[in-house]
Amino acid sequence: MISSQLPALQVVLPLAAAPLCILFHNRTFAWLLMVFVSLASFGISCALFNQVLAENAITYAMGGWVAPWGIEYYIDKLTTYMLLIVNGIAVLVSLGARESVENEISSDRIYLFYTAFLLNLTGLLGVIITGDAFNLFVFIEIASLSSYAIISLGKDKRCLYAAFRYLVYGTVGASFILISVGLLYVVTGTLNIADLSQQLVNAENTATITTAFVFFVIGIAIKAAIFPMHLWLPDAYTYSPSIVSTFLAGTTTKVFIYVLIRFIYSLYGYEFSFFHESFDNLLMIAACGAILYGSYRAIKQDSLKRLLAYSSIAQIGYMILGIALITELGLAASLIHIFNHAFIKVGLFLAVTAIIYSYGTDSIERLAGMAKTSPFTFVLFLISGLSIIGVPLTSGFISKWYLIKASLEAGYWGLIVIIVFSSVLAIIYIGRVIETAYFKPEATNTASFNNKKMPHLLFLSLFIFCFINIYLGIETSLNVDMAFQIAHELINK
Amino acid sequence: MDILSSFNYWVVVILMMIGFYIIIANNNLIKKIIGINIFQTSIFIMFISMGKVIDGTAPILTESSTLYSSPLPHVLILTAIVVGISTTALGLAIIIRIHTAFGTIEDDKIQQEIK
Repeated sequence: MISSQLPALQVVLPLAAAPLCILFHNRTFAWLLMVFVSLASFGISCALFNQVLAENAITYAMGGWVAPWGIEYYIDKLTTYMLLIVNGIAVLVSLGARESVENEISSDRIYLFYTAFLLNLTGLLGVIITGDAFNLFVFIEIASLSSYAIISLGKDKRCLYAAFRYLVYGTVGASFILISVGLLYVVTGTLNIADLSQQLVNAENTATITTAFVFFVIGIAIKAAIFPMHLWLPDAYTYSPSIVSTFLAGTTTKVFIYVLIRFIYSLYGYEFSFFHESFDNLLMIAACGAILYGSYRAIKQDSLKRLLAYSSIAQIGYMILGIALITELGLAASLIHIFNHAFIKVGLFLAVTAIIYSYGTDSIERLAGMAKTSPFTFVLFLISGLSIIGVPLTSGFISKWYLIKASLEAGYWGLIVIIVFSSVLAIIYIGRVIETAYFKPEATNTASFNNKKMPHLLFLSLFIFCFINIYLGIETSLNVDMAFQIAHELINK
Repeated sequence: MDILSSFNYWVVVILMMIGFYIIIANNNLIKKIIGINIFQTSIFIMFISMGKVIDGTAPILTESSTLYSSPLPHVLILTAIVVGISTTALGLAIIIRIHTAFGTIEDDKIQQEIK
């Protein structure tokens, strides 16, 4: 039966497709393969979603070796929730990628770009689906190595240095995760996450377990760019090819926050995680720092991509804030924000991709009056922009609403001030772009722009993202109910 | 517990700190990669050390022994070495391209040029 093999196929399909891109050595074929594979992968995650709704949780023993000896894939509601996000974004981004990639990456490297892109997708899906701690490390490294490679493919030479810096930071983070896995193995003698969590309940609370926890959290914090470990992110998003920043902004950091949630709630159990060493206070300080710092830095940027990168750091802060509240509502708010922000940020970055495709620049100053020449791009940018501010009827409002509700419930009044203040800062940085594009007089030297029309497929995928933004702002049952169920299961495990 | 009984772990900690210091403090990109390598090697030693069971033999099924060292950390480290080599290779490849693009592999000079 094929349906029982779906968990393996989810990872194997993009992994097997990656070398095909090299074998055929053809950029159109590589793009078609990318679209086809991500569509199939999305189909698989939908099928898994249905299975999980019926059976609650699926375990899959890789190669027939039963856990805890073999590698186990573990799929529950949270897993499928994340699989749907990553696959959905992969489908839509690869759909609109073709022209922009041909524009921004030198033509002899395009097939290699799709190879690395597919490997990155493999890694991210593997990180989500695996139930084995060491396997998790390997998939993290597959995802990271391929993302260093695709960042370095840009034509701007600064992307090389950004990729190198990301490589150094990322490798240190991954090594910390490896240390943590090793220490956990010493204490428990197992690598299976479900088995680990049971062994840890019985194990004595030694310094080794706490050390492993600290190493893991720091490692993941570097990978997920949680403030103050975010230093690699702005450069990596600014100088990489636009499609790469689009995809990474929507998926990578969210997947690592998922790993953090998994680790805190499924592996250690939240009693251990939060009632030791005042971990929740530390997370909350990091979250508030991220929100304020990210929004503040975003205001002063001239490069649109850099602005969005700093805004991403702030939004990661919101997700961490929800986790740090240690309530069911807080966790649910965090999960909702992971879902909504993934689609908002990808929508914004895709709009920037379109702007760079049309005008060859992402400098805000040079966009003066451009809303007249390409009205669609800026309307779609505006919709996602309103969503990131948190205007009602957009998805950004829903997640901020739940975050504020969760902070109230937990009794933190100060947090509401921070959230509202950060939204005001968001109005400023999104407003600046809108003001320049709509109300400033058109620059006189527009002849220097290679004013190309937006490709149809890019427009289509950008439109779908904006549609999702508004749809999730009006009809919330799709992700909100799911997030509440997941939060309930994780807390009452 | 005296220092000698956990000698391996002291080596691990010292190597790890040396590697980490090189990553942070060194200005040369290739030396940074070397630092990463030392850092990772220390983790490999940690894994191998903890697989050792005192008085255990190599994990081969024979009649003369019943106590074996754990083979699993070795297998894990084989995988981790592969990951480490890929990282090194990718890092060096990027350094080559940095050298062609910037004409230098010194961190401060590249940062100056970017600004």
